[in-house]
Amino acid sequence: MSTLPSDVIEESERRWAYVVAAVIGLMFAVIIFTSVHWAAQPPSNVETIDASRLHLAGEFVEENLGTAVQPDGSVIVRVIAQQYSFVPSCMVVPAQTPVVFRVTSPDVVHGFLIMDTNVNSMVVPGFIAEIRTRFEKPKTHLMPCHEYCSVGHDGMWAHVKVVDRQEFTKSYGSQPRASCAG
Amino acid sequence: MQGSSRLVLAHFWAAFATFAVAIPLGAWQMLVRSPLHQWIAPELYYRAVTAHGTTFAYVFPTLIAMGFGYAVCAVSLGRPMRGLSLAWISFALVIVGAAMALATVAAGKANVLYTFYPPLLGSPYYYLGILVAVVGTWVWIGLMVWHVRRWKIDHPVLPIPLAMFATAVGALLWGWTSLGVGAEIAFLILPNAFGWTSTIDPGLARVLFSWTLHAIVYFWLIPAYIAFYVLLPQAADGRLYSDKMGRIAFLLLLIFSMPIGLHHLFVDPQIGAGFKFLHTVFTGMVVVPTLLTIFTICASLEIAGRLRGGRGPFGWIAALPWDRPFVLASGFSMVMLGLGGASGIINMSYVLNSTVHNTQWVTGHFHLIYGGAVVIMYFAIAYELWPRLTGRPLAAPKLVRLQLWTWSVGMLLVTLPWHLVGVMGQPRRMAYYDFSNPALASQGVWVTVSAIGGFVLVFSAALFIGVLLASHRGPTAAISPLKFSLAVNPPRRLPKSLNSFGIWAALVLALTLANYGYPLAQFAFLGKSAVPAFPVSQNDRR
Repeated sequence: MSTLPSDVIEESERRWAYVVAAVIGLMFAVIIFTSVHWAAQPPSNVETIDASRLHLAGEFVEENLGTAVQPDGSVIVRVIAQQYSFVPSCMVVPAQTPVVFRVTSPDVVHGFLIMDTNVNSMVVPGFIAEIRTRFEKPKTHLMPCHEYCSVGHDGMWAHVKVVDRQEFTKSYGSQPRASCAG
Repeated sequence: MQGSSRLVLAHFWAAFATFAVAIPLGAWQMLVRSPLHQWIAPELYYRAVTAHGTTFAYVFPTLIAMGFGYAVCAVSLGRPMRGLSLAWISFALVIVGAAMALATVAAGKANVLYTFYPPLLGSPYYYLGILVAVVGTWVWIGLMVWHVRRWKIDHPVLPIPLAMFATAVGALLWGWTSLGVGAEIAFLILPNAFGWTSTIDPGLARVLFSWTLHAIVYFWLIPAYIAFYVLLPQAADGRLYSDKMGRIAFLLLLIFSMPIGLHHLFVDPQIGAGFKFLHTVFTGMVVVPTLLTIFTICASLEIAGRLRGGRGPFGWIAALPWDRPFVLASGFSMVMLGLGGASGIINMSYVLNSTVHNTQWVTGHFHLIYGGAVVIMYFAIAYELWPRLTGRPLAAPKLVRLQLWTWSVGMLLVTLPWHLVGVMGQPRRMAYYDFSNPALASQGVWVTVSAIGGFVLVFSAALFIGVLLASHRGPTAAISPLKFSLAVNPPRRLPKSLNSFGIWAALVLALTLANYGYPLAQFAFLGKSAVPAFPVSQNDRR
């Protein structure tokens, strides 16, 4: 092995170190650029709530669940994830409108995933998950629970119905808390 | 093997016995949720998932790491191990703990999956079993560290042999990372399961579990990396390119694999965006030791290929002895490590994670890295050690190659479709998918492909066990003793930093404090977030 002295090895390792630094650096640059430029942040509001009293008073009582239109035209959708359903089981939102989902659980950990979108959150009892998004086109999305929540987990699917803005105002505008359930 | 053969064999046989049970369970799960099968009672499905996950997370790789650690300790330090009775006690604790946990699962009392996220609660005996097994591994950690210290006292200026150095890194890494799940079970879950506390904080429990959840993967991976550095160059008739770079890679794994666990909680509501970003950065850093390893191993193989007459920029690859199980397995392992590493980089991105979080993409990722790249190296290690442990040559080399081929093909058939349906939005951990729904129909064919892949893996696993059994019963022969690869320039002296663990352990503590201090401490002042537990068995009775 006299043909391979230590300094040759060290030189090749140094070149590889530059490659490694470039790969990692590029990765961070892309992550930082996209998270800042698209304001793409994971849901991270760190807000607690007393999970044993959700049904009695406060934001998540039954008549407050569903889609609420805000004075600025955006909407807030309040949802309960529980063994083994979402309430409401069909959420309706207008297209091309800022949407905020506020979700919590009265029992165990659930998941909140709107298929064909990047809407994805854990629903941890004791905390409120808040997800900000915007749907461009009318479409009905499937929305499964994506965390095991005991043996009925595989039956826990809901729908998110994205409708045209005018149609939303016409069909659902009169309801204080809109939903397409039941 | 310096009087340790029985100890090592016991660990390996116990590990492969659990493997032989848990692999068919996995294949069965893929079958029943595919379009090839009718709906079944989900309770059975989740019982099987819990058994499969518990075996492969806490039992099988632990026994391999321990057994391989004892083998490395005896061979690399070149003298009989001390404290063999302690090693047997440690083995017994792992077996008793695993048996307790798995019996509870088999009885249907703990359908909580291996991640057992509270407030879902199974029988206390499940958690107690895991805790006993983890405590058993701490005895092994103590033995590994003690042997390194003893050897250093006797050889104050010599470098610790690389294989033993890396084994000690794996032991220290596991010691530190097992504290997360240990604390979660001991301080949150068991007091609640026994009725001493009325509530449990699911957010705190998830943060503690994440402490363990990522670095545990590196604990599984380290035996495979040790095999790359100290067995592969020799198996290919080459030399290790750089001993020092190996040490640096293992030390970087020690530092960076633990304070990054929050990337499992990127879409959790109880962690702020700042700490999620911090953990993205550190997860990026843990790519570095793997990139260093790939470089060093490829360079070592290039030396081997050129010594065997390979020429040109790629000719050395063809010149490698691919018919040798160790070389073949390592080649497959690196292909799967490359693919799985790429999908992992998508998981670790704070931005892209939302697209795939908790979908089958994630299941595909860790099965490819662990079930593929790591477990195939466990096979290679077993094939390499078996003749040395039993005094009998390996039976049926052709079947050994077929086994490695079928494992790789099967693993790719299972995991590539999972990645694909994951991007299509298929959630993981579902006992049943309604493929008659038009939105899910297009996933059916890929789920079927992965189910077929599962049975390829069952075939390969049966072949593996068969080869080991046949070899163990074969005729005895003279077997050359196990030796570890020489480096091109074996180090005579090393700086203290590359031959000891003190400053690195201090750095691990500091990084843990920086990256986990606030995320854990915040639960003291966030406000009421603890909730009552929900026994999973209640649902069984409905």
